[in-house]
Amino acid sequence: MVFFEVFIWILLFTAFIALYRAVFGPTTFDKIVAVNVIGTKTVVVLVLIGYVYSRPYFFDIALLYAILNFIAVIAITKYIERGRICE
Amino acid sequence: MTPIDIAVTLTMAIGAVLMLTGSIGLLRFPDVFTRMHATGKCDTLGEALILFGLIIFQVYHGHELLLDRIIVPTKMLFIIIFLFIANPVAGHAIMKVALVVRTPMWTKKGWNIWSKEEHK
Repeated sequence: MVFFEVFIWILLFTAFIALYRAVFGPTTFDKIVAVNVIGTKTVVVLVLIGYVYSRPYFFDIALLYAILNFIAVIAITKYIERGRICE
Repeated sequence: MTPIDIAVTLTMAIGAVLMLTGSIGLLRFPDVFTRMHATGKCDTLGEALILFGLIIFQVYHGHELLLDRIIVPTKMLFIIIFLFIANPVAGHAIMKVALVVRTPMWTKKGWNIWSKEEHK
């Protein structure tokens, strides 16, 4: 028997460590990196929640969250670099 | 405990340790670039290992339905492939912008303040 809830608590602990850097980061890029890391951990936590509750629909939500996280990081960095997103 | 369960638990435990290492590196390193050095590799590989363990579990322990044996591991494989492409691209974008904006860089001799000539 594999205990999936143990892995959920470990991943939540690591996300809580990364949350410190997202709140108190010295520069803007520290905050962007920390939000990216928390998003990656959230994808894995969503897949594990789908196993704990035995509902396979959570995998679609995890895939969608991965795409949203990637688009958010690209949009923020492009805005900082060029001053606007669409040109 | 069948050998399949032991293999799944071992793979997921290695992935969880890698993610914990990446988070501690994000907390402890002094600089943006070194923090991205810590998290960029550990997060991608840890996520891939955890989802790979879940694929092994699902293939051996799923129900006899087509949905459980085929479609759910395919979805998790899609997540692994997408994050293997998307995570390095996002890291490269953040690193490029941090170099263009001239964020102070930590070296062994002290903090590197960018001069006018030294660009990109």
